[in-house]
Amino acid sequence: MRINYTDVLVIGGGLAGLRAAVGARRRGHDVTILSLVPPKRSHSAAAQGGMQASLGNTVKGEGDNEDVHFEDTVRGSDWGCDQEVARLFVHTAPQAVRELAAWGVPWNRVKAGDREVVMDGKRVTLTERPEAHGLITARDFGGTKKWRTCYVSDGTGHAMLYAVSDQAVAESIPVHERMEAIALIHEGGRCHGAIVRNLVTGELSAYVAKATCIATGGFGRIYRVTTNAVINEGIGSAIALETGAAVLGNMEAVQFHPTTIFPAGILVTEGCRGDGGLLKDAAGHRFMPDYEPEKKELASRDVVSRRMEEHIRAGHGVKTRFGDHLLLDITLLGAAHIDGKLREVKEICQHFLGIDPATDMIAVRPAQHYSRGGIRTDARGQARGLAGLFSCGEAACWDLHGFNRLGGNSVAETVVAGMIVGETMADFVESAAGDLHVSTALVRECLEREQAKLDTLLMGDGTENASELMRRMQEIMTDKVGIFRRGDLLQEAVDELQALLLKSRKIGVATKRAGANPELVTAYRLQKMLKLALCVAYGALQRTESRGAHYREDYPQRDDANWLKRTLASWSDDFQTLPTLGYEELDVAAMELPPGWRGYGAKNAIEHPATAARVTEISTIRSAFGHADRFTVQQALMPFEHLVPARFRGRNERLGES
Amino acid sequence: MLKKTAPPAGPRVLTLRILRSTPGDATEPHWQDFRVEEAEGMTLFIALNEVRESLDPSLQFDFVCRAGICGSCGMLIDGKPGLACCALTRDHGAEITLAPLPVFELIGDLSVNTGKWMRGTAERLETWIHSDAEPLLTALEPRMEPELAEAIYELDRCIECGCCVAGCGTLRMREEFVGAIGLNKIARFRLDPRDERSDDDFYELIGDDTGVFGCMSLLGCHDVCPKGLPLQTQIAFLRRKMVAVGLK
Repeated sequence: MRINYTDVLVIGGGLAGLRAAVGARRRGHDVTILSLVPPKRSHSAAAQGGMQASLGNTVKGEGDNEDVHFEDTVRGSDWGCDQEVARLFVHTAPQAVRELAAWGVPWNRVKAGDREVVMDGKRVTLTERPEAHGLITARDFGGTKKWRTCYVSDGTGHAMLYAVSDQAVAESIPVHERMEAIALIHEGGRCHGAIVRNLVTGELSAYVAKATCIATGGFGRIYRVTTNAVINEGIGSAIALETGAAVLGNMEAVQFHPTTIFPAGILVTEGCRGDGGLLKDAAGHRFMPDYEPEKKELASRDVVSRRMEEHIRAGHGVKTRFGDHLLLDITLLGAAHIDGKLREVKEICQHFLGIDPATDMIAVRPAQHYSRGGIRTDARGQARGLAGLFSCGEAACWDLHGFNRLGGNSVAETVVAGMIVGETMADFVESAAGDLHVSTALVRECLEREQAKLDTLLMGDGTENASELMRRMQEIMTDKVGIFRRGDLLQEAVDELQALLLKSRKIGVATKRAGANPELVTAYRLQKMLKLALCVAYGALQRTESRGAHYREDYPQRDDANWLKRTLASWSDDFQTLPTLGYEELDVAAMELPPGWRGYGAKNAIEHPATAARVTEISTIRSAFGHADRFTVQQALMPFEHLVPARFRGRNERLGES
Repeated sequence: MLKKTAPPAGPRVLTLRILRSTPGDATEPHWQDFRVEEAEGMTLFIALNEVRESLDPSLQFDFVCRAGICGSCGMLIDGKPGLACCALTRDHGAEITLAPLPVFELIGDLSVNTGKWMRGTAERLETWIHSDAEPLLTALEPRMEPELAEAIYELDRCIECGCCVAGCGTLRMREEFVGAIGLNKIARFRLDPRDERSDDDFYELIGDDTGVFGCMSLLGCHDVCPKGLPLQTQIAFLRRKMVAVGLK
C-alpha cells in the first residue's frame, strides 16, 4: 500500500483549488494537488464573460462599491444566500482582481474618451473619464445595477486559470494529474485524506493529509443537456456525501443558463446580452421586454431562462427536428466588436453551427449550467460535520448564491473562496486541531474497501450496463428536474432514480483491464452520481415553494414563512436509496438585507413573520447612524469583518472614493 | 456551393480507422475500423463517444470541454493535428483516420500525456510573471494601455493543446526544442511590462538551438494552431530580438 503524506491535499486543479493551494503553500505548508486532467484543462477555462468585482472604473460602474454588489448578489439569490458570506465575498473580490492583474491576467482596460456601445437595442456614446484611463474596465451582466464584470475579451476564465496555474508552478506545487479521489479517509468526525485511483494504471493509493480540500467543481453531467465539461460529474461532492458525516447543501438549486447553443448545449456568454445582444423568437420579435419591462434581456439568469421556456411553450420558438429553440441576435454589435470582445463566441458559432454571428442569429435554448448546491461549509470553508475537510468553488455550498447565481459571480467565487480557504487551511494546519492522529490500519481498511468495490464491478456477476443507466439518469434529470418543476413529475423522477440506484449495484463491466478502463470509470462514477441526482430531485420534491431557479408550477410563490431555509442532504448508510434531508434556518433577524422584491421577476412572496420587525430595526439603525460613513453603518447592521483573513483586511481603494 | 447531383438517400456510414495501442500490452499497435452512422452536426466528439458506448468500451481518448477551449482532444485527424471536438464529420470523407499526437508520451489509443510536457515547459521557461514587488491588493491597480492588454491576450490565447508540437519538424530532430508553444509563451511574457525579466534573461532561456535558433522555419505550427495564433511572426520577431542580445 502506497501512502503519500502532505500537509494539505487539494482535490481539484481548477481555479478554486489552485488558488487555495497557492495560499497554503505561501504560508509555508506542503501542498499536493490531485487533478483528473492537466489543471489548465479544468472547466474554469470555460468561464467566458468575466468576474464581478466592484472596482467602479468604467463610467457605467461609477458609484459602485461593496454595498451595491452585496445587494445585487442577495437579491439575485432570492434571499437564499448566506449574507455574511456575500459580504466577505464582495469585500475580497476587488483584491482578487488586482492580485490576478499582478499575476499577469490581461484584463481589458478603460480607454479615456468616447466609445460607442449598444444598450437596449440602440447605439449610444459613452464617455470614459480621463482619470480612469488604463484601469481595469467592466461590462454589463444580468441582475446588476452597475457595470461590474471585469473581463478579458470572452476568454476570462482561460486567462485567469493560466495565470493561477502558472503561479502554482512558480510555487513548485506538485500536481498529480489523471488522479481521482474515490473516497475520503475519515474516522470519528475527522477527515485524514483520500483514497485515490490512478486513471492510467488503475492503481489505488492513499493520500494522508492534515487538511483536505475538495474543489472539484459542479455536477452538471447528471443532466443530459448541460454546458458543463465531461469531467463535471460531481465526484468530489459525492465522496463527501458518502462519508455520512459531511452534508450537501441546497442540491436542488440548479442553475440553467439562458443562452446555450442548440442542441449541443455549448455555452455562449452572458456577455453577448451584456454587450447589447437581444433575444428574439421565430417571428423575429424581441420578446423579453414583454415579460420583463425593467431588466429585459438582463434580468437574472433564472428569470430569463424561465421566460424563454415560457415563450417556447406559447408556440413562439423556431421549430426543428431536435425540438424548439429561440434566437440570440448579436449582429447589431458589429463585426469589429465580435472579433475583439466575443471571439470565442464567434469560433463556437463557426465550429458548431456553421454560422457567422456578425451576420446570422444564434440558435439558443436554456440548459443546465451551474451547481449552487455542494459541500456545506461555514464562511471560512470548513465543511460542516467533518473536521479537517474544506471545500471551495462550485463544489462547495459556501452559500454565496442561494437559489440564483449572478453571472460573473462564480468565477469570482473560485478565486475569492480559494484565497479565504487557503488561509483557513493554513491556520488549521498550524493549530493543534490540525495535528495528525491516524493509524495506517484505518488507511489500509479504507483502501481495501474501495478495492473490493472495484473488484466487484470488474469480477462480480452484475449484468447491468453502466452507460445505459447513465443515459437514463441524464434523461430523467433533464426531462423531470429541469426549469419548470411539478410535484408529480418530481415524484416520478425520484422513483425512477431510486430504481436506477438499485440497478447500479448490479453493474457488470465487460472490459476486465485493471488499468485505463473507461467503462469501469463510468460504472463507479455512476453509482456516486445517482446519489447526487437523488439529492437534487428529492430536495426539489420536498421544497414546496418557488425560489430563484427552483420553480414549482404547483407552488409558484416564494414562501419565506416556511422555506427560508437551506436543505441539507446526508447519506449515512450506503444501502439507503434516498438521502436524509434536514434543514438549516436562515435568520431574518440577523440579515443586513431582509427579504423583499428582487426588482425583477414575480412579486408574490409569502412574508416571513420576522421580516417586518427586522425592516423596522434596520431603518432605526440607519437613522441613528445618519451621518456615519457607509462602513460604520454596515458594521452596525451585520458585522462580518471578523471573517476576513488578516491579509485581506483594509478598505478597497477606488477612484473618487476617499 | 451548389451540388448538381441529388443528395444521397439516408445518412452516410462513416468508418473511423483508429490506431489502437496500449503501452505495456502484449499486442502491437494496429489499425481498427469502427462504423458509425453519421448524424446532423456530428463532431468527432460525438462519433468517438458513440463508438465507446456501443462498440468498444475500452477505447481511450481525452475530451473535457468539447467546445474547443480546453485543448484536451488534440489528435491526428486524417494525418493532421487538430482538435477532435471541433471537427465536424461532414467536413471529412466517409473514412476518417485517427491517431494519437506524436512527440508526447502515449497513454493509450488516442490519449497522450500533454500535461507532463506542458508542465515541463512551464518550469523550464518559467512561464509566470517575475516581479519582486508584492502587490498591495487594496490599492488601485497599476495602469496599462488598453491596446497593450489586448496584445498580451492575443498571445495568451494558447490552449496548450500540443497541435503545434505535433506539427513541428524541428522537434523530430531536436527533442529538447521548446516548440512554438514555448516560444509563444516567451513572446507573451516579454510583451508584458509586469514581468521584470530583460531580453538578457530571455536569451538565457531560448537563445540557442533548443530555443529560437533551433527553429527550421517549416512553420507547420502556424498552419495547425486551432486558435490561429500568430506563431510565424512571433518566432521571427523573437529571433531578431535574441540575435540583438547575442551580438552585444
